[in-house]
Amino acid sequence: MPELLQFLLSGITVGAVYALVALGFTIIYNASDVVNFAQGEFVMLGGMITFFAHAAGLPLPLAALIAIIATAGIGVALNKLAIEPARGAPVVSLIIITIGASIFIRGATQLVFDKQIHRFPAFSGDQPILIGGATILPQSLWVIAGALAVFFCLWLFFTRTLIGRAVLATANNRIAAQLVGINTNYVMTLSFAMSAAIGALAGVLVTPITLTSYDVGLALALKGFAAAMLGGMGNPKGALVGGLLLGILEAMTAGYISSQYKDAAAFVVILAVLFAMPQGLFGRKSTDRV
Amino acid sequence: MRLSSKTTTLLILAAVIAIAPVFFPSSYYFRVGSLIFVNGLAVTGLVILIGYAGQISLGHAGFAGIGAYACALAPVHLGLHPALAAVLGAALSAAIAFLVGRPILRLKGYYLAVASLGFGILVSMVLSNEAQLTGGPDGMAVPELGLRAVLKAIGIDLSNTEFWYAFSGLVLVIGAWLALNLYHSPTGRALRALHGSEVAARTVGVDVAHYKLVAFVLSAVYASVSGSLLALQNKFITPDVAGFMHSIEMVTMAVLGGAGSVLGAILGAAILTTLPQVLTVFQEYEQLMLGLVMMLVMIFMREGLLPSITRRIRGRAE
Amino acid sequence: MKFSLTTTALAGTLALVLGFAAPALADIKIGATLSETGPASFLGDPEAKTLKMLVEEINAAGGVNGEKIDLIVYDDGGDPNKARTFATRLVEDDEVVAVIGGTTTGTSMAIIPVFEDAEIPFISLAGAIEIIDPVRPFTFKTPHTDRMACAKIFEDMKKAGIGKIGLISGSDGFGASMRKQCLEIIGDYGIEVLADETYGPTDADMTPQLTNIKGKDGVQAVLNPGFGQGPAIVTRNYAQLAVGLPLYQSHGVASDGFIELAGAEAAEGVRLPGTALLVASLLPESDPQRAVVVAYKDAYEKATGKPVSTFGGYAHDALRILVDAITRAGSTEPSAIRDAIEGTSGLVGTTGTVTMTAEDHLGLDLSAFRMLQIEKGGWKIVE
Repeated sequence: MPELLQFLLSGITVGAVYALVALGFTIIYNASDVVNFAQGEFVMLGGMITFFAHAAGLPLPLAALIAIIATAGIGVALNKLAIEPARGAPVVSLIIITIGASIFIRGATQLVFDKQIHRFPAFSGDQPILIGGATILPQSLWVIAGALAVFFCLWLFFTRTLIGRAVLATANNRIAAQLVGINTNYVMTLSFAMSAAIGALAGVLVTPITLTSYDVGLALALKGFAAAMLGGMGNPKGALVGGLLLGILEAMTAGYISSQYKDAAAFVVILAVLFAMPQGLFGRKSTDRV
Repeated sequence: MRLSSKTTTLLILAAVIAIAPVFFPSSYYFRVGSLIFVNGLAVTGLVILIGYAGQISLGHAGFAGIGAYACALAPVHLGLHPALAAVLGAALSAAIAFLVGRPILRLKGYYLAVASLGFGILVSMVLSNEAQLTGGPDGMAVPELGLRAVLKAIGIDLSNTEFWYAFSGLVLVIGAWLALNLYHSPTGRALRALHGSEVAARTVGVDVAHYKLVAFVLSAVYASVSGSLLALQNKFITPDVAGFMHSIEMVTMAVLGGAGSVLGAILGAAILTTLPQVLTVFQEYEQLMLGLVMMLVMIFMREGLLPSITRRIRGRAE
Repeated sequence: MKFSLTTTALAGTLALVLGFAAPALADIKIGATLSETGPASFLGDPEAKTLKMLVEEINAAGGVNGEKIDLIVYDDGGDPNKARTFATRLVEDDEVVAVIGGTTTGTSMAIIPVFEDAEIPFISLAGAIEIIDPVRPFTFKTPHTDRMACAKIFEDMKKAGIGKIGLISGSDGFGASMRKQCLEIIGDYGIEVLADETYGPTDADMTPQLTNIKGKDGVQAVLNPGFGQGPAIVTRNYAQLAVGLPLYQSHGVASDGFIELAGAEAAEGVRLPGTALLVASLLPESDPQRAVVVAYKDAYEKATGKPVSTFGGYAHDALRILVDAITRAGSTEPSAIRDAIEGTSGLVGTTGTVTMTAEDHLGLDLSAFRMLQIEKGGWKIVE
């Protein structure tokens, strides 16, 4: 029984990492229907900038704050310089732009910083917490709490605030949104800033566990994307559930079946879910426009 | 009509392939050329899927992997000639695409993207995990095709790189010819109809599911043959050929050049294959430049290079 | 307007490229294709930095036989297909006289045929034994084979009376290759593998695998072949679960960075086979390698501001072997260089003392490996 609990705790830890990345996708997707493949780079930037600011002597919380603000700025720049000029381009072109942006950010990071692997100290030490024969690190609790907090804030944002509804309206129909007085440019800028900040926050929280380097973004984005699709793209609830489910699935497969095929098992389940529910677990139903 | 008739496209393609070697200062350029053709072939398949039928796939490297490993495994385990192994790989890819395609193609947009991505990752995972069979991540050797020796016997003596330049160039021209014929066939028209609007196509009696599947299977065969050519040319193969990055690379080539036209997509393959070679002068700035070029092209030429350029030239002429 | 801007930019780029591509008047052209980026950049980056630094050093000191070295480095990103293209380019277009590189086994195996066909000497920096066994006339390598690392570890286990182990390896090229080679020779040492787990190179948590190993009755020690962040996470999870058995890591993590990533507390007591480079300052004055490793370590850390790693050491040795061969050959003919490399004798490098023969294109024995143990955040030689 302690094994099962250990697998579960491991799955929740990893799942919370995926969920945090997946949550970052939702805002940009909701505002613009673009899946931002550079989302993983925001996570990487959060970790890398924090590490270097911390190594330069800043206290960790200040370093993390700088990282989040700087990354949000980079998100805004991405929107202004690459996404806005390409408005109206086909979705597949936008995908290539965000992939190009992710390669660009990775290339810049390796120049500005380095190609080494880095880690900064966990927030509340490394003493494992014992739960019924299984253990979890305090940092995992930070990651889980972070995922829940971001989820809750996003849920409030989209359902309770005017600006959140404006984001949804912009995604739904840009022209109509403009007609009712929504500043769609502002909405887009805000969405990129928020997504980038969430990504950077994720990077700050997970780096003591996963470690970071200039090229961790792609793998994280891939898993986060898969988690978001499993849950249903655009829905914060979907991102949270999808991430946790993916993490637990991997841990259970590694624990009980085969660690070699744990990623395979995750994708088999994603395929199965999508075949049964083509919009993911909590996705919006959409109809073709003729 | 995008550029001009299919004959013009084929003539341009064949002429470029035939004349380019005149300007090659060393046989390294034959190597780059043959890589362009191999990538061009896979991307031509994606033109059918993305450009004609309007579907997306982030997992086509999986089929390239099947084609590549068929050439590595079948000669050793089944005693097949490498050429037959490539055919077997293509048949296997078609069969798998047929089985996987039906459920996957019900999905739309990003959901289709993630499902195809999952398929590609499964293939590459099997290739790197079944190490007893495939040599694992370190890869395995691929037997010689043997065609060069045959040519030599009848008096055509080509160096290795020259032979692969000519051979993959020929396969590409055939592939492009088939794809262009398809465009003008009833199947091609049905595909374009469902690209425009699935609902509208369905209303006028197009069996949408069937035609999407046709496009998927055909593009899988193209990717598989391209993987086989790569394996036979390199005589060594690793699971990278089926990797996610290779899938992304293929789609990027197609879209960058212009997924709507065969010539455009091949141009995209040419640019993205040559770019890393050209960018080496930037040393550490290589990645930065690659990302920048991708973004700039897509921002300023959103339909891809070739369609955007032709439109502008026409715009000026009028 | 926008269009013409793009055109100008493209034309400018092209002009720049052509300008750069004009062949520099070369003296001795040496090529390298390394994985400076991509999943193996952890290995390829220090290798490239080392080569550039040493070539600068050699040229500043007057070059080799009075001629300067012209080093051409390409980044293959760890992709064997790209590596093959760069290999062809080095041979056909740059017309180099020798090549160093192939950071990974995959890239090395993919490019060997190019050099064998062109009869250009090639020194690989990758681990697998397949590179030099069977011996190919023009192919050499500097790192110990993974099999030697396994042998060193198993010898140490046997000495400690360990007969049953758990294995947890990375599924990347390095981990998979070492796992395979360890399993091939483990029987010779009478050691049994009770659990055989793997993890992906980007995984964030390995507690499920380690829980399974911990739960297997009779496991006396755990071995983790891998490189990059994986082994650091394994080590941290190992401490988290309080497995309490000896943990062996591979030479893939032999760098100070590993202790930092895993944390001194979690890494306490971890054993691994490493090269003299890691323990430069601990070597006795009488050690023949001391002067070499101290000089390289100081120069590298001064030039890059980063700690040395075993992998940079591989590149260091490859270039030293090559320069030594060119000096002795007194010629830059590829075949003469090849013969001279094969005649390398008693050359002291970071990995050991290299003596090659027609049957041995590696020239190292097990004595070159030192069993190291991490104690209080530092290394200790245990032998």
